[in-house]
Amino acid sequence: MRSNYSRRLFANRFNLFMSLLTMAFGLAFLFWILFTLFAAGFHALSIDLFTQMTPPPGSKGGLLNAIIGSLLMAVMGTALGTPIGILAGIYLAEYGSRGWLAPSTRFINDILLSAPSIVIGLFIYEIYVFQVGHFSAWAGAFALALIVIPVVIRTTENMLRLVPDSLREAAVALGTPQWKMIVMVTLRSVRAGVITGVLLAVARISGETAPLLFTSLNNQFWTTDLNAPMANLPVVIFQFAMSPYNDWQELAWAGALLITLAVLVLNIMARVLFRQPAPK
Amino acid sequence: MGNANVHAPMMQTTAGAIPTIIDALPLRPQVSVAKMPDPKQKIVQLQDLFFRAVTRFFAFLVLAILVGIIVSLVYGSLPAIQKFGFGFLVSSEWNPVTEKFGALVPIVGTLLTSFIALLIGVPVSFGIALFLTELSPPWLKRPLGTAIELLAAIPSIIYGMWGLFVLAPLFADHLQPWLINTLGMAPVIGALFKGPPQGIGVFTAGFVLAIMVIPFIAAVMRDVFEVVPPVLKESAYGIGCTTWEVVRNIVLPYTKVGVIGGIMLGLGRALGETMAVTFLIGNAHQLNASILAPGNSIASALANEFTEAVGDLYTSALIELGLILFVITFIVLALAKLLLLQLAKGEGRTT
Repeated sequence: MRSNYSRRLFANRFNLFMSLLTMAFGLAFLFWILFTLFAAGFHALSIDLFTQMTPPPGSKGGLLNAIIGSLLMAVMGTALGTPIGILAGIYLAEYGSRGWLAPSTRFINDILLSAPSIVIGLFIYEIYVFQVGHFSAWAGAFALALIVIPVVIRTTENMLRLVPDSLREAAVALGTPQWKMIVMVTLRSVRAGVITGVLLAVARISGETAPLLFTSLNNQFWTTDLNAPMANLPVVIFQFAMSPYNDWQELAWAGALLITLAVLVLNIMARVLFRQPAPK
Repeated sequence: MGNANVHAPMMQTTAGAIPTIIDALPLRPQVSVAKMPDPKQKIVQLQDLFFRAVTRFFAFLVLAILVGIIVSLVYGSLPAIQKFGFGFLVSSEWNPVTEKFGALVPIVGTLLTSFIALLIGVPVSFGIALFLTELSPPWLKRPLGTAIELLAAIPSIIYGMWGLFVLAPLFADHLQPWLINTLGMAPVIGALFKGPPQGIGVFTAGFVLAIMVIPFIAAVMRDVFEVVPPVLKESAYGIGCTTWEVVRNIVLPYTKVGVIGGIMLGLGRALGETMAVTFLIGNAHQLNASILAPGNSIASALANEFTEAVGDLYTSALIELGLILFVITFIVLALAKLLLLQLAKGEGRTT
């Protein structure tokens, strides 16, 4: 009896200790990666980074055109994807309790949420880049929009479902048309949650590389022409990191640090924003 | 009156969907519409119909995107499908010069790296979920959970760079020589750990993938562990079970389906992961028994070769690779989703 009991206790302690170790394992990698980024990227941060263009191999330069290109395409992708996502999310949450469309959309949307992003790039290449015959910033923005849509749909629907029905009933009882009830009452009451979803989507697309490889490609020079290939941070990092040149690799680390900081700040902002209304 | 009343069928809610009372409400009391046809009311009804149609259109667009992806990929890969037929899936030849293409190497590489990722990732995720639900003091739950979620936020290209410059040299100097000298000598599995310690290769790619899928699997596991009714756990504790026994005999059996769903979700992520694998797998079109050797995956073959592919057949073969990847991930993710839905249904019944 006694030995059985101590064996059970031992198994318990052992497994819980392993659980503690796995937690440490996960955290260790997070901090290891962040530490590497700061150690390698921090001294590469300089004013040149934000004022100079990407250099040819073997010379110094900055990432200005890539940073601007990334910002531009992220903004365009978000601007294209967000309204579509919010409207589709409204359908799923407000009208979607019967019929075949809502359940199937919900199902497919969850799959698109995790679908390989490189296939999205391939899709845009097939239907846009190949048809017009050249890589372009527009194509990059379309690909990013396709990644934004499922994220925004998911969060919008989930947020709208948190709205108590009594609120809807109250609005309808006052004679509010349904669309006004949705736009002015339910959507407005979950504004913070929807913005959270958009921020998360922006965070997701700012680091996406794969869908941009075949759509916006890369450009060593400054351009604001949306119909031309445009430089962007992820693809520049990919190209520079894989190169044998020291200057390029250093710039890649600086770019990696920039992207990671941006993504982490967006994520934390989204969390803070969403947490705010909870204690009320 | 002649107005199409969109809300005519009352309360036929399908299983799984949440019925709202609003759905059952007619837009306006019908009597008043019939009695005095107010032009203002008609406009409002038209607005409502229009708004609903617009949202419905965009919901439909999601399905259209899916169909579009499949159709465009099939269309793009037609030349390769016609040329190679079924042999594409089983041939390991990949020669752009003679235009002979086979998908076996990338398919094996994709499956193998994902398998390694799950082998390492699943136990670790389980441990993390266990820690977050059963062990962690309440005030630590939130920060620790957030930290693990941030692991998912780090872009895949950062994992790739970090893996290439930090992890791969470390593996080449320390872990891999040790693996070769110990496991490499073992009778049956020895073949898996042969060859020079190069750092980059299938094993390293799988290892980094494991770190990348951990947050996804751990998040699902944590969520499903939390739906276990406290009364079940308390009764087990009440008869003297240890925490581990409660987890093994109560929590795991109760959440089995959800846990498998989470693992499938992680698998779906791992299969399609592109940049990290591209940095680390070595991009060699060769089959090798050793998991330390370089290989190739579907996504990394696309990332590396697509923009440089010349000739219709080469491009088309790469698109067919993309199609294969999409079909595999679609099936895996659909299974994951179905399993998780099943758990959500059961939840209402047993609690």
